[in-house]
Amino acid sequence: MGKSLPIKITERPNPSGLVIIGVSFLALLSAFLVASFVFWAYGTNPIVAYRALFSGAFGGTYELSETIRRAIPLLLAGVGLAIAFKAQFWNIGAEGQLLLGTIAATWVALFSPVPKPLMIPAMFFFGFLAGAAWGLIPAILKSKLGINDVITTLMMNYIAINFVLFLVQGPWKGEHQWGFPYTDKFPQAARLSTIGTTHVHWLTLVIGVLAAILIYILINQTTPGYEIKVLGSNPSAGRFAGMSYVKTTILVMFFSGGLAGMAGVGEIAGIHHMLRNPSELSLGYGYTAIIVAWLARKNPLAVILTAFFFGAIFSGGDALKVSIGLPFQITDVFNGLILFFLIGSEILMNYKIEWRKA
Amino acid sequence: MVTSWIIGILSRALAYGTPLLLGTLGEIYTERSGVVNLGVEGMMIMGAISAFATAFITGNPWLGMLIAAIAGGLAAFIHAFLSISLRANQVVSGLALTMFGLGLSGLFGKGFEGKPLGATIPNVTVPLLKDIPYLGKILFINQSPIVYIGIVLTPILSYVLFKTSIGITIRSVGENPAAADSAGINVWKVRYLCVLFGGVLAGLGGGYLSIAYRPAWTQEMTGGMGWLVIALTIFAAWKPGRGLVGAYLFGALIHLSYRLQPWVPPQLLKMMPYAFAILALVALAIGSRRTFTQEPNALMEPYVRGEK
Repeated sequence: MGKSLPIKITERPNPSGLVIIGVSFLALLSAFLVASFVFWAYGTNPIVAYRALFSGAFGGTYELSETIRRAIPLLLAGVGLAIAFKAQFWNIGAEGQLLLGTIAATWVALFSPVPKPLMIPAMFFFGFLAGAAWGLIPAILKSKLGINDVITTLMMNYIAINFVLFLVQGPWKGEHQWGFPYTDKFPQAARLSTIGTTHVHWLTLVIGVLAAILIYILINQTTPGYEIKVLGSNPSAGRFAGMSYVKTTILVMFFSGGLAGMAGVGEIAGIHHMLRNPSELSLGYGYTAIIVAWLARKNPLAVILTAFFFGAIFSGGDALKVSIGLPFQITDVFNGLILFFLIGSEILMNYKIEWRKA
Repeated sequence: MVTSWIIGILSRALAYGTPLLLGTLGEIYTERSGVVNLGVEGMMIMGAISAFATAFITGNPWLGMLIAAIAGGLAAFIHAFLSISLRANQVVSGLALTMFGLGLSGLFGKGFEGKPLGATIPNVTVPLLKDIPYLGKILFINQSPIVYIGIVLTPILSYVLFKTSIGITIRSVGENPAAADSAGINVWKVRYLCVLFGGVLAGLGGGYLSIAYRPAWTQEMTGGMGWLVIALTIFAAWKPGRGLVGAYLFGALIHLSYRLQPWVPPQLLKMMPYAFAILALVALAIGSRRTFTQEPNALMEPYVRGEK
C-alpha cells in the first residue's frame, strides 16, 4: 500500500463475533440501499416499497406465519449447505435434492404399500434418502474423479426439474385433476398438520431446528466433524494426517442432500399435498439456501436466524407483488445484491483499516 | 433422405451452438487469466433482455447486439471488482451474478413478455457458397450472420491465445501471477480485461438468442445455457478450437431434444444436454488425466502482491 495514504491496512487473522455481525449488518444495509435504486428505476417509491416489504413480512400474525413457513425449507436446506460449504464442497444442487425429496414423498403417499400411521415418518425417511442419493452422485464424482462439483450439482438440478415435469405430465398424472399436470391429492394420512389456519407445518420446523443443533454438534464435537473442518480448510494437511477425502465428502453430501430432501417433504406434505410443477413446489429455495448458509458463515445454529431473515424476504416479496404489483423476481434481485455485498465486505472482516498516527 | 436429415441437424446444431460457443470463448479467456466466472447465465440473460429491449424500442437489431455486449461487460465488471479487487470468493460471486441477472432481467423484462419483435437479425443465404455440396447446405443456407461471427472468432482467438504476446501475457497471469508481476505485467489489469471480454461475449450470446435465434423475450430464456458454457470450458480443455467442437455438439443435442419429441417424452429429452454434460466430464476424467493438468495453475486464486 502507498506510504502516503493516511490509513493503514493490517490483517485480522481471527475476526471476533462482533466484527462479523457488524460487517454482515453493514452489507445487508448496503444491499437494501442499492435495491432502492432498482425500485426507483422501476418507478416505485423505495420507501413505500420497503414499508410494504416490512409489513408483509412482520405486520401481523398471518404475515409472521408466512415468514416462518418460507423459512422452514430454507432452514433445512441451509443447514445442509452449511456443512457442505464447511467441507469446501460446492453443493449448488439443493434445489434438485429438494425436488427428489418431493418425488420420494409422493411415491410413499400415493403408490407405496406403507400403512397409514407410518406414512409421515416414511415420507421423511425416503425423502431424506432420495435427496441424499441425488447428492451422493456429485460427491462420488468429485472425490473419486475430481469432477467439478459446481457443474455436476447444477446440472442435476435441471435433470431433477425435468424429471418432476415428466412424472406429473406422464406416468403420475392425476386421474382426478381434470387434465392439469398434478398428481392426485395425498390422502389425509400423508398430510402434515399446520398450526391453526396458517401454513406452518410445525413438525418440519421442529425437524429443522433439531437438524441445526445436531449438525452443529457433529461439526464441532465429533471426530468426523473435525475431519470435515480440516479437509475443508487445508485438504493436503488432512490427507497427510491420514484422513479420507472420499469418506468425508460422501458423509457431508449424505447429510447435505438428505436435509434438502426433507425440506422437499415438508413442502409437499405440509402445503401442496400433491406433486406439481417444480416452480410451484419450490420458489428457488435451494438457491436461496446458499445465501442463507453463507450469511450464517457456515454455522448451522446461525442458519436458524438467517433462514428466518430470508423467509421474511420471501413473504415480504409476496406482499410487494400483491400490493405494488412488482414481479416476484424482485426477491432474486435482493438475493443477488445481498450476496454481492456479503462477499464483497468479507475483506473488511479479515483486514483492519486504521488511521495512521502522525 | 438420411443425408438431408443429418444436414438439417448439423445446420441447426450451428444455430443452437452459437450462443454456447460465444459464451465458451469468453469463459476460456476469463479462466486463462486465472478467474472463474460462474455468472455466465446471468450475463447472457442480461445480454438477451438488453438486446431485445433496445431492438424493440429503436428498431435497430445491431444496436441491440451492441447494447447486449455492453450489458454483458458491465455485469462482468461486478464479478471482476469483487473477485479481483476485493478478492471475494469467485464461486459465490458468480452465483450471485446469475441470481442478480435472472432477477433483474425478469423485473425489467416483464413489460416485453410476449411482444413480437419486428427488428430482428434475419437469417441469410450466401449465393454461390450455398452450392458447395453438403457444406453449403449446412453453413450457407438460412443461417444467422452471428453464426459466422462465432466461426470467424474461434481461430482468431485461438491464434491470439497461443501465438501472440498478448496470449502469452494472459496465460502467464493465469499460470503464475507472481512471476508475471515481477516481469512487469499488470496482473490486475490483464484479469480485468479478460473478465470483461468474457462478459462481452456472453452478452452477445444472449443477444443472439433474443433477437436472432428466437426473436422474443421470455423469462429465463437462456435455460441453463450459461451453465453448459462452464462445463464446455472444461470439456474444451481451455482451447478455443475444442470449444467450437463442444459447443456445436451440444447445439446438436439441444436441437435433437426438440426433434425427437414425437418419439420420446419432451421432459426426458430436455434432460439430455445436462446429463450429457456430466457424462462428458466423466468420460474426460476417466479417459485422460492429462486434461486436468491443463487447468490454469492459478485458477480461482486471487492475486495478492507479497507485502513488505
